[in-house]
Amino acid sequence: MKVVYKRPESLKEAANSYCPGCGHGLVHRIVAEVIDELDVREKTIGIAPVGCAVFAYDYFNFDVTEAPHGRPPAVATAIKRCLPDRIVFTYQGDGDLASIGTNEIIHAANRGENITVIFINNANYGMTGGQMAPTTLAGMKTTTTQSGRDVKVAGYPLRVSELLSSIEGAVYIERVTVIDPANVIKAKKAIKKAFQNQIDKVGFSFVEVLSPCPINWGLKPLDALKFVKEKMMDYYKLGVIKDSNGSKESKYSRQSKRRKERNIENEFISAISF
Amino acid sequence: MTTGINKKILINGNEAIAEAAILAGCRFYAGYPITPQNQIPEYMSWRMPEAGGVFIQAESELAAINMVFGASLTGTRAMTSSSSPGISLKQEGISYMAGCELPGVIVNMQRGGPGLGNIQGSQADYFQATKGGGHGDYKMPVLAPSTIPEAIEHVMDAFDLADKYRTPVMILSDGILGQMMEAVEFPEYRPKMKLPKKDWILDGAKGRAPRSIFSLMMQNPTILEKHNWKLSEKFKKMEVEVRHETYHTEDAEILICAYGIMGRICKGAVDMARKADIKAGLFRPVTVWPFASDIVSELGKKAKKVLVVELNLGQMVEDIRLAVEDNKKISFHGRPGGAVATKEEVFEKIKELAK
Repeated sequence: MKVVYKRPESLKEAANSYCPGCGHGLVHRIVAEVIDELDVREKTIGIAPVGCAVFAYDYFNFDVTEAPHGRPPAVATAIKRCLPDRIVFTYQGDGDLASIGTNEIIHAANRGENITVIFINNANYGMTGGQMAPTTLAGMKTTTTQSGRDVKVAGYPLRVSELLSSIEGAVYIERVTVIDPANVIKAKKAIKKAFQNQIDKVGFSFVEVLSPCPINWGLKPLDALKFVKEKMMDYYKLGVIKDSNGSKESKYSRQSKRRKERNIENEFISAISF
Repeated sequence: MTTGINKKILINGNEAIAEAAILAGCRFYAGYPITPQNQIPEYMSWRMPEAGGVFIQAESELAAINMVFGASLTGTRAMTSSSSPGISLKQEGISYMAGCELPGVIVNMQRGGPGLGNIQGSQADYFQATKGGGHGDYKMPVLAPSTIPEAIEHVMDAFDLADKYRTPVMILSDGILGQMMEAVEFPEYRPKMKLPKKDWILDGAKGRAPRSIFSLMMQNPTILEKHNWKLSEKFKKMEVEVRHETYHTEDAEILICAYGIMGRICKGAVDMARKADIKAGLFRPVTVWPFASDIVSELGKKAKKVLVVELNLGQMVEDIRLAVEDNKKISFHGRPGGAVATKEEVFEKIKELAK
């Protein structure tokens, strides 16, 4: 008998703690499938966030560590620098990555750490019961914005992928979602690329996943999918946001870029020497 | 390359601490600039790559301690250093390392506080270092060197203690020791204790079951209590690592209690007192946690007066009060805010007590 579908080896046989209709389970499975397909399970070290995915080490069938809230990129940096031939990834939510951990993610990207980051954007703090996250949409009701997020008081929804795309050290940034099979396939392609980049020593790769959170949004699972499609995807546009390695930048173009930079530097030096 | 092994070199405390870490096999260092410990990251920035290790100038003290967390869980000997305000930021990581049972060395070259304070040497972080600092029930060994050769020894021992007990270990020093220079000879590093195999590290689950490192325990209400009791057993075991030094205490009627740089200064004051025929002696805790309570309790019984001298408003004095039964014997002399007590100043206090 031919097996066409099975549990990835990288996923443990464990019931997860995610709510019905949550996107985490799908993304866990995608990550596990990708790690299996790239045959790196035995050399992968994952970093779990503080948030709904805090128990990731109970679900992934490879080495996983906890990290303090927001610090997975710092922890990942050290693991990857100490064990450069291992595959190191962080799995972080929007409270973890986009709020308390903005410093860590920005600087890990800026150092061009050769790690993979999976960023789950569900527009709220899930584990603590649905408070406003930096990613919460304008007007969106949460337990700390009970009349809807007033951007004049609580700030604007943060587009983390766009923010990181301005950083020289970030190589690949894509935003995907998991609201239907077609998008799941696209998400898997992006996540696989983000891991392949690490194997190829290309550098910092980041995939943002727009993920439904029906319980905290107070929506039925299908309505939550609709919310992602109509509201979130309107503000957080899907697609490749940065791929500086995508065109397989030739050695020549890299050299000419460097020459150009050197010229600018020289001009600057001659300008200030007068 | 700094080769102070088998020959004397002149070196400041900060650089000596960095070199001692390299000699002890530290192969990961992350730090952030803050005075008066900047020579540690500066030294590490060139010396660590030379030794084949990893140096990272982190984006913050928080990131630095979390990098130590990450390096440590790969089995790499890892260190970070800072000074008081930066050590406050590191408390998060220290608590996590205690909870996750990860070894690592944290160096605090204390400066005056609270807040931004100043950049002069101080001992105002004694409570923070010895009574927890970070959140949750934990203890960690804290070594307080009084000379640069002793700081070198302490750094080497700190890595062994960290690995032996799977715990963060702190070097509690100060800006004075960091900035001053002494002629030192680096000893060759040899572990002084039997070190367990690191069979808990995360390096990829090749040919073994996956491992995880975590401090979150809420699957049922009793699991964290059990973990805390297990840690408590370990903290009790760590108490055998207590160290102290006594100086002229055999017949001491006036017992001076001081640690770190102040312990060294007080030795000079004891010498002055002895010359003036005053029977003074010094008790110097070398580990400030664990604390040699039994020793100071015995010495306190014999002494007529006990004088605690610290570069703060009075912190270790509370541990002395707990240990010495007759609290009326105890007096305190402190210089907070980055001020330093001279041996003459301490001698004056001794003379007053001898009257």
